[in-house]
Amino acid sequence: MRFEKFAAVVAALAGVALAAGTPAPAQTIKIGLINSNTGFLAQAGDLMDKGISLYIKTHEKELPPGVKVELIRRDDAAAPEVGKRVAQELITRDHVQFLLGIVGSPIAAAVAPLTAEAKIPLVITNAAGVAIPRISPYVARVSFTLWQQAYPLGKWAAQKGWKKAYTAVSDFIPGHDAEGAFTKAFTDAGGQIVGAVRFPTTNPDFVPFVQRVKDASPDALFIFVPAQGQATAMMKAIKDIKLREAGITVLSTQDLVPEEELPNMGDTPVDLITSGIYSVAGQRPANAAFLAAWNAEYGDRAIPDFLSADGWDGAAAVLDVIKQTKGKFDGDQAMAILKGWKHESPRGPIMIDPDTRDIIQNVYMRRTQMKDGKLANVEFDTIPNVKDPWKELNPPK
Amino acid sequence: MTEIFAAVISIAFHGLALAMVLYLISVGLSVTMGLMGFINLAHGVFAMVGGYAMTTLMSRAGVPFPLALAAGVAVAVVVSLILERLLYRRLYGGDELDQVLLTMGLVFMSVAAANYIWGPVSQPMLLPPLLSGHLDLGFREFPSYRSFLIVAGAILVTVLWLGLERTRFGAQIRAAVDNLRMAQSVGINTSRLFTLSFALGSGLAALGGGLGADIIPIDPNYALANLVYFLIVVSVGGLGSIRGPFVAALLLGTADTAFKYLVPELGAFFIYALTMAVLLWRPRGLFGLSR
Amino acid sequence: MKGAEAPGTRVAMRAAFGRRQRFRVLEALPWLVAIAAYFVFDSYLALGAQILATILFALSVDLVLGYAGIITLGHAAFFGVGAYTAGVLAANGWGEPLSGLLAAALVAGVLGIASGAIILRTTGLTLLMQTLVVATMLLEAANKATRITGGADGLQGMDVWSIFGVFRFDLFGRTAYLYCLAVLFLCWLLARRIVHSPFGLALNGIRENVARMHAIGSPVGRRRLIVYAISAALAGIAGALIAQTTQFVGLGVLSLERSGSVLIMLIIGGVGQLYGAFIGVPLYMIAQDRFSAIDPVYWYFWIGLFMVLLVVFARGGVLGTIERLRRRRS
Repeated sequence: MRFEKFAAVVAALAGVALAAGTPAPAQTIKIGLINSNTGFLAQAGDLMDKGISLYIKTHEKELPPGVKVELIRRDDAAAPEVGKRVAQELITRDHVQFLLGIVGSPIAAAVAPLTAEAKIPLVITNAAGVAIPRISPYVARVSFTLWQQAYPLGKWAAQKGWKKAYTAVSDFIPGHDAEGAFTKAFTDAGGQIVGAVRFPTTNPDFVPFVQRVKDASPDALFIFVPAQGQATAMMKAIKDIKLREAGITVLSTQDLVPEEELPNMGDTPVDLITSGIYSVAGQRPANAAFLAAWNAEYGDRAIPDFLSADGWDGAAAVLDVIKQTKGKFDGDQAMAILKGWKHESPRGPIMIDPDTRDIIQNVYMRRTQMKDGKLANVEFDTIPNVKDPWKELNPPK
Repeated sequence: MTEIFAAVISIAFHGLALAMVLYLISVGLSVTMGLMGFINLAHGVFAMVGGYAMTTLMSRAGVPFPLALAAGVAVAVVVSLILERLLYRRLYGGDELDQVLLTMGLVFMSVAAANYIWGPVSQPMLLPPLLSGHLDLGFREFPSYRSFLIVAGAILVTVLWLGLERTRFGAQIRAAVDNLRMAQSVGINTSRLFTLSFALGSGLAALGGGLGADIIPIDPNYALANLVYFLIVVSVGGLGSIRGPFVAALLLGTADTAFKYLVPELGAFFIYALTMAVLLWRPRGLFGLSR
Repeated sequence: MKGAEAPGTRVAMRAAFGRRQRFRVLEALPWLVAIAAYFVFDSYLALGAQILATILFALSVDLVLGYAGIITLGHAAFFGVGAYTAGVLAANGWGEPLSGLLAAALVAGVLGIASGAIILRTTGLTLLMQTLVVATMLLEAANKATRITGGADGLQGMDVWSIFGVFRFDLFGRTAYLYCLAVLFLCWLLARRIVHSPFGLALNGIRENVARMHAIGSPVGRRRLIVYAISAALAGIAGALIAQTTQFVGLGVLSLERSGSVLIMLIIGGVGQLYGAFIGVPLYMIAQDRFSAIDPVYWYFWIGLFMVLLVVFARGGVLGTIERLRRRRS
């Protein structure tokens, strides 16, 4: 008698458990992907999209049963007001539970306040402006900041014994960040900045600027340009003016030698030193898996670079939140999981800092070399677990 | 002192190269607008088409530079003939606003089409080995390709001017720009003249686009991004004039290069201020015809 | 000269003008549609507010283009200056929306007088270029004045207060929509008044045949400047509306793209008929929104194709085509 009662209770409990565990209709989590498909950031947008879509495609099966994700893509046309409107529509019209993406920092800065008002989390997979996560507590970044890359580079340059440096950057947030970071690190370590120039963001011809640098004869030149086409144009100018032959060392972040542009640069970038967070040539299992999936899907129609790797990781963060909460979460719960989120990325081990909601990752010093007849950024030194230096130097008031 | 001298040489050299490219692309627009009174905002599309055709043939099919360039010009001429017959013809002497709408529509379509076919990447320009590297003139070295641009540009400009002065076709164009009705009444087939000069202008644009692919990169936004520069060259030079845009291109090319070199923080502000000043001084352009 | 007309003529003239200014029933249509849209398309109100503000912008361009014959590719100068005025005020402590609008109108109007006085003496391509150059110089200036405008990154930190202390600008765009609708209505009344007045007729004359207007002693230069300044002020108000309802100002408000696209929208609707803006702007912006949602990369192609087909088959824009069909039937 008691056993039957016990069995009945167990059966009832099991029934309840089963019923609770199987959601009756399939649940679709909508994710709003805000990307730049037109405008001067379009090439970057394309690579980022490919990384995000690839991760979702290959890891969708890991989601809890009955939970699906739907990616809603909207174009911000590289214009902040469009991005803001599009984000607003994604939130109010499409009822997305996550915002993902954003290539350009100005656009991310415009969208961030909306996340606070609507309590919808935003996972940034590129936009690098240092102060953006501070605008709203619902913003987390998996990509990088320019301070993370340029600050260690400035220190490294001073340690190498170079005394006089010139900086040349693009005139927008990432450029200003890169310039500020390099300058601070370089001058703190005893170096001297002999000149600084900022060129307009849409600039067809770098030659006059590079000529000016050559005529100033510094030991080293620190450059920042938004990756893709401008990187190639800059390398061309450096070659045309024979800057390196004049004894000036060229230093930059990974944006000067993005993998998809390397084939267009001839052999100009050989022996170039850059600091970066991702190289296709990085040797680690997570990278091998990423590249295998990439080649299977895109073949040689597209070459991955840091944008794709960051997109891949951003999608991983979102999917991890969904997996851990079994698809039921609100903004606060999502942010709680994202803070302190750890992952083995194609870049190495990464973590989202619970205090700043920005990324902590390894920064690599790389040398561009010929490998198997193609240019590759070979990592020769690692600076582990770099937090964003700007936030460390500028604590919130 | 030598620094200033070096700076001046640099600016003059690079400015001249840019000026040549701008001139080749814009001279066709000057003729079209002066001759046919047609606001062709899609002019940059022909330069872009020439550039894309040339770079694609060179990088995908390994076609040598001169041949690819010629092919680019040919493609642009064919496209211009088709467009002229089908679309432009309907709007000659018509409302300028319709011309604006039509040509802007064509520009939009070209942006999307280029994006679709070639992607948003700017096209790699692999210079022929003969023209890469540097030219050593003793006191200074100059990049070979830009030197080639200046020389080639000068030759083309001379051929163009001679053609305009010495040939019957050139005389007909000059007559029609001067006074269309009179030209028609002396028996010039203005309809055919329009078609041919439109094709010529587009071909020159493609030539400029291809030659200049190193300086002004070929990407889907080409026609839109550079429209203002082409319009400045044409309006400052004077509509319908062949010499005017040359002087304007020189001014614009050297000023642009000089400002980038000397005061990069101020961007293109001075270029526009200069344009405004010139247009206030000479509203019809430097060499424009005062009717 | 002045008192030479018979009093009867004066009365007749005033009656004729009065007839022109009388409201026709059809003119209520756009407003009914706008109000209905508020209820029917309540999840599209953010887009709706931007459409309404852009209609005001296009209306301002119609005044100079359709009525005074000034082709301008630089009206974004006034739009952008208005936007930045309202934006800078709101970002630096004064977020009251209505006074922000007035400030924007004032600044833009002054800019209109200043630039118009310099450039309106030219015509044709030269004038077109001058308008373009003014706008581009302002763009470069805004790009560089990072401390005031935020430069390429845009103006952050705008805090726009509630209207009359009651109506807050919400995430769904409800307040924004009605705000833009009300402002558009008032400005439209003004524009309509101008167009149907003797001043408006004189503008028509200037557009049709300048030489003759000079010959009859009409103060052409002054009239053009006045309408240019009024148009600039209206464009400034439109810019301020966009700034206040999106709480953001980016460099795009001064761009050639902005000037060009509003011109295109107006041409699509029909120039010089006061309502072209009301047709062309929603058509273009809704098409753009739908196309880019379907195909974020290639929607440009369909818009371009639409424009080309419009020129080939429906010249004069929508209103022009309707006018032609009506004339053919009668």
